[in-house]
Amino acid sequence: MSDVAVLGVGMHPWGKWGRNFVEYGVVAAHAALADANVDWRDVQLVCGADTMRNGYPGYVAGATFAQALGWQGAAVSSSYAACASGATALNAARAQILGGLCDVALVVGADTTPKGFLAPNAGDRPDDPDWLRFRLLGASNPTYWGMYARRRMEMFGATPEDFARVKVKNARHGVSNPNARYRKEVTEAEVAASPMVSDPLRLLEVCATSDGGAALIISSLEYAKAHGVTDPVRIAAISTVTPSYPNTLIDMPNFSTDSSFGVAAPERGFRDSIAHAAYEKSGIGPEDLDLAEVYDLSTALELDWYENIGLCKEGEAEQLLNAGDTTIGGRIPVNPSGGLGSFGEAVPAQAIAQVCEIAWHLRGEAGERQVEGAKVGLTVNQGLFGHGSCVILKK
Amino acid sequence: MSNKARVPAVDGWFTMEDEPKLLASRGVETGSYFFPKNLAFSRNPAAPSEALEECMLSRRGRVWSWTTNHYKPPAPYISPDEFVPYTVVAVELVDEQMVVLGPLATSCDPSELSIGAEVELVLGSLYEDADNEYVVWQWKVVR
Repeated sequence: MSDVAVLGVGMHPWGKWGRNFVEYGVVAAHAALADANVDWRDVQLVCGADTMRNGYPGYVAGATFAQALGWQGAAVSSSYAACASGATALNAARAQILGGLCDVALVVGADTTPKGFLAPNAGDRPDDPDWLRFRLLGASNPTYWGMYARRRMEMFGATPEDFARVKVKNARHGVSNPNARYRKEVTEAEVAASPMVSDPLRLLEVCATSDGGAALIISSLEYAKAHGVTDPVRIAAISTVTPSYPNTLIDMPNFSTDSSFGVAAPERGFRDSIAHAAYEKSGIGPEDLDLAEVYDLSTALELDWYENIGLCKEGEAEQLLNAGDTTIGGRIPVNPSGGLGSFGEAVPAQAIAQVCEIAWHLRGEAGERQVEGAKVGLTVNQGLFGHGSCVILKK
Repeated sequence: MSNKARVPAVDGWFTMEDEPKLLASRGVETGSYFFPKNLAFSRNPAAPSEALEECMLSRRGRVWSWTTNHYKPPAPYISPDEFVPYTVVAVELVDEQMVVLGPLATSCDPSELSIGAEVELVLGSLYEDADNEYVVWQWKVVR
């Protein structure tokens, strides 16, 4: 048995609150503890997802939150994997539980972000590709997303209208989500009228940067049972894979792909390999999913993910979207939370928030955005510098 | 033209000739290319201890994709006082079987671009200070 129980979930609403990130993490952790009905002093391990934008406390997030919640001697671990940090922290906690090293753990991540584009850390670092890409190319994150979107148009005939409809769908999903930052419906015309950022992507199609926090209490199934929870939401698999050489899709923050000269390309590209690894480990396949939370850094990227997680064949994502299959009420709702389009990105909290959302649906507690009868859900995400992240949950 | 010295914006990434080339490294056993140049270790897992030698990349390639940025990015990008939209191009190099990014040459308009279009490497100004003009590699559409 390789399942662990999700006993509690909690979030601090996303926004541009401008307060210290520790506050958001503490609110989320308290909410998750209350949801789990676990006393903080009984938590044996704290796994923090780090933030790089808030000084030293952000680099040691596990200890930062443990101190903020009141030192009680728990073991600690802190993880950084860019956008995938939350899944990496979750996997650290899960591994210790499955290994019998602890019974119950807190996983928590939170961020306070500056206005505008995510920027490299300050100071001249001409050996750091993340610094150099801005200095030499002005290659912000949306630069890469714009190139992927144009490629999708060329390869599969996607249109700006298709991309806009992703935003319309996700905005509608987010309206009733109390944790979402943007809770307003958006029309295709409003997307088309928003300023161009990295063409073909417009302002309403690239995700904002947000403040927010998310937390989970996870435990062994034995601990859950002793705690009176006999049928918890379970984590069936986590994938935190890196690419296989040669990685042939240009990826942040790189200046080039790997060269495939003289080397057979891997069976699956990196993005395809992320969910695949979780499917292999869990014995669950894309046909078993009732919902998915995917990393819509841009509208176009959400369509790529449909294919990368096996919801449809390559080139068919627009059909899936336009048939309403990925809308709540459709065959396989994607981003019922409203996605990054409704949240904006709070980097270390984001992969944890994806898990919170799936857990609420599997418990039937997602309110107006509930995916009816949901039993199996998947989260997928990718962090720059080669971090895959996928979590499969089941009830 | 100014009398400022023309210097590379980053050392060791490209030659300063009229027909510049990107400087890369190549594994002596696998033939794998690496850009930017790295002579310290091979990233091909089939030959982690292979030696690396400096090489130059093809000057011509085909457009894989591109985007024009309409917002000023954060530092360390050095923007003109009045921000000007700029284009980043991803270019497939056939011999090397890799995609390399670069700015679109300032002499080109993005409307000239199409996926698959042939481009070649040139040098162009990135920014200036009191003494120097700092140049960077750029991709120019072959007309």
